[in-house]
Amino acid sequence: MPLLWILRDELKIKSVKYGCGVAACGACTVHLDGEAVRSCQTFAGDVGTAEITTIEGLGTPESLHAVQAAWVEHQVAQCGYCQSGQILQAAALLSETPAPSDAEIDEAMSGNLCRCGTYPRIREAVKTAATRLQEV
Amino acid sequence: MSRIGTITRRAFLVSSAAIAGGVAFGYYRYRKPHANPLLDDLAEGEAALTPWVLIDAEKITLVTPHSDLGQGAVSMQAMLIAEELDLEFGQFETSPGVPSPAYYNTAMAGELAPFNAHDSSLQARAVRGGLGALGKFMGLQGTGGSSSVPDSFEKLRLAGAVARETLKQAASARSGINTTALKTEGGRVILPDGTQIPYQELAAEAAGIEPVGRVQLRDPSEWRLIGKEVQRLDILAKSTGTQVYGIDLEMDGMVHATVKTNPRQGGLLNSYDASAARQMRGVSEVLEVTGGVAVIADNTWRAFQAAEMVEFDWGPAPYPAEMAGHWEAVAASFTEERLDSEWRHDGDVDAALAEGNKFEAEYRAPYVAHAPLEPLNTLVLFENGRLDLWAAHQMPRFLQQIAAEIAGIGTEQVHFHQQYAGGSFGHRLEFENIRQAVEIALQMPGKPVKLTYSREEDFAHDFPRQIGMARGTGTVKDGRVESYDLQVATVSSTASQSVRMGQPTLGPDGQIAAGAWNQPFAVPNFRLRAYRVPELAPTSSWRSVGASSQGFFASAFLDELIHEAGADPLAERLRLCNHDVSRRVLEAVGEMSDWGSPLGAGRGRGLAFVDSFGVPVAEVVEVTATEDGIRIDKVFVAADVGTVVDPVNFDNHVKGAVVWGLGHAMNCEITYSDGMAEQANFFDHEGMRMHQCPEIFVRGLETAPKVRGIGEPPVPPAAPALAAAIFDATGTRLREMPFNKFVDFL
Repeated sequence: MPLLWILRDELKIKSVKYGCGVAACGACTVHLDGEAVRSCQTFAGDVGTAEITTIEGLGTPESLHAVQAAWVEHQVAQCGYCQSGQILQAAALLSETPAPSDAEIDEAMSGNLCRCGTYPRIREAVKTAATRLQEV
Repeated sequence: MSRIGTITRRAFLVSSAAIAGGVAFGYYRYRKPHANPLLDDLAEGEAALTPWVLIDAEKITLVTPHSDLGQGAVSMQAMLIAEELDLEFGQFETSPGVPSPAYYNTAMAGELAPFNAHDSSLQARAVRGGLGALGKFMGLQGTGGSSSVPDSFEKLRLAGAVARETLKQAASARSGINTTALKTEGGRVILPDGTQIPYQELAAEAAGIEPVGRVQLRDPSEWRLIGKEVQRLDILAKSTGTQVYGIDLEMDGMVHATVKTNPRQGGLLNSYDASAARQMRGVSEVLEVTGGVAVIADNTWRAFQAAEMVEFDWGPAPYPAEMAGHWEAVAASFTEERLDSEWRHDGDVDAALAEGNKFEAEYRAPYVAHAPLEPLNTLVLFENGRLDLWAAHQMPRFLQQIAAEIAGIGTEQVHFHQQYAGGSFGHRLEFENIRQAVEIALQMPGKPVKLTYSREEDFAHDFPRQIGMARGTGTVKDGRVESYDLQVATVSSTASQSVRMGQPTLGPDGQIAAGAWNQPFAVPNFRLRAYRVPELAPTSSWRSVGASSQGFFASAFLDELIHEAGADPLAERLRLCNHDVSRRVLEAVGEMSDWGSPLGAGRGRGLAFVDSFGVPVAEVVEVTATEDGIRIDKVFVAADVGTVVDPVNFDNHVKGAVVWGLGHAMNCEITYSDGMAEQANFFDHEGMRMHQCPEIFVRGLETAPKVRGIGEPPVPPAAPALAAAIFDATGTRLREMPFNKFVDFL
């Protein structure tokens, strides 16, 4: 069974979203040892001993991760359904590439579909988060 | 001389029905408000000061009946109440409330009137009023047509003011101080000596008072929230994965369901063999539902897998199996017999066309899917004659009626629990998932069932945007557009949708002409004829509805005529413009984009203007033709909604609408083969991804006399502005969407 459904239906971690089931939308993104993967195409057997991080592992409403804080500051979300995946994707990008160029942001984020079209604010939020993380 | 008199006679069918309704029910009945649904189960010490404000000793709850599809409706509605009730964000909770006629939409029905949105003539106002009354009689509670802001703007401020004044009365009764000496601030009534009484403390006393009837709304100069940058109520939850959507709901003992119904929409199920599916791990049942089966399992994944193992013999589609048949039916509809209405005829078009060199062009718009990222779902429980449904939906009262009919119970036994939606774009105006959930629940009484569509089922059973074509004929003279004759033929998404809603359709469908007949351009000879294509594949309202295709046809054709005339696209539109607000919008976008400044080799700029839902929007798109394809660099948008209620959300919404309009115009269509949609998932129909997203610059003007919504109006101009920009850069005219059939995009 794909990791997505183990997380959602067995472990009741609902922040991981089902959007397409074929790794075409990125709504189900989680980190495996810090790397962003699509949980709908990751089978339980592939996980092995890797550490799985969902958005709850990044931060909580009381204690936001820098990427989440930037998402709040820029008021990125509309329907919000894709945003857990977007945030996890952005966090993985920034841990790999602390100061991404516009092209690097586009490349890293283009697998994450947002039907509401919040891309302009996602770009701004990624840049804000990058700045904040570098200040730390 | 305009021929509006002859033109509206056919269109008047719908309005006379509304007015007849008004007479039958009488003036008193129309004036009388619907009962406050919150009074039905009020707890001790709880006060429901209006249908939108509930206060008890513990907390204040604001009821926000417009469903939140991602457009921020909950926050906007709460803001309007809180503005007059003197509450700060954080001092109240929100609830979607229960479906009730009290929450009828004051703006939605009136917009069906066959008049230009800016027409304030007596006749236009009378018909809108009649339709508004009809909406009230029907208790038409709904979210759509960019109507949440226009419906709520005055109504919810009044609700806040009534609650505030009633709380002051309660405080006055307690303190013996006249209400005129009392103030309110931060959720408290403040006495002259500075004593503060929290509203919650006054709940029990306020509950015994008849709500104050006459209230004064505040002057805009006193607004604390409206027009200010506030943080949307759902932003924190949506940035931390804690927002709950319908698809996330869980209940003790719940089982998971998915459906598979005839992908030839509306076709029959001849037979099926579910023996293999029944053997699969975790599968408990395979049940019949209309047109297919439901698989019940212990988790969603197993239900999906088992549904794939059911073997079906499906009946044929009740529409042409291949696209060629659809296009033929559209092309064959430009006939007198199919004329739905002639919406406008200024001057003498036939005489003018006989004189000059005619320029002709034909345009096409395909079916397009809604595909909100959260697939359709419903949690349902049928127990002891009571039906509970949890889902996100735009028409809660129709939902209740449809569910009651299927279950054979009274609507009062149907309890609908509105959820936050992971997008809709019109998809959640439909009822298939609701019908199927009820059919399943009736076969499994006492068992909570969560129905989840697979993405493939969501695509296969979407009711897409209308398919259509337009034929334009025009002439130019002395560098000016002289005549403009546009014929539009589309299927009627309104009629298709109304049939599924169990509602009658009356008169012509204004959506076939939307965004095309109401152009504020005084071309001396102007005619707009709308033809109704007989129903093909079933269609539905898709973000911006008729204007999403008709705005493209109308704007693109005008752009071509302006080019034929050798005129400047902005200057000629400004010369022709006969509506002040629209002119200001055009001027604004010209200024924002530095229209006319040189762009450099390989670059192009295009302008479009469309008025939809009463909002004039102008957009300028800038592109670069690179060796690898077209890149969209920048988009400038100016729109006038009268008052920008929530500026952050306005900006985000306009940008999202531009992305929606561009992405689908570039990349998306639904095509049918063997009666089935050929696009099954986002890899065949993805809209826009980030790498294609341009920089978008937004300006909200506030000069229009009426407050309007912005959810849809920026969609229609995006496609024609892009087509015009590509023409400017490359000389290639794009007359059919999606454009990627003809040009490459980066």
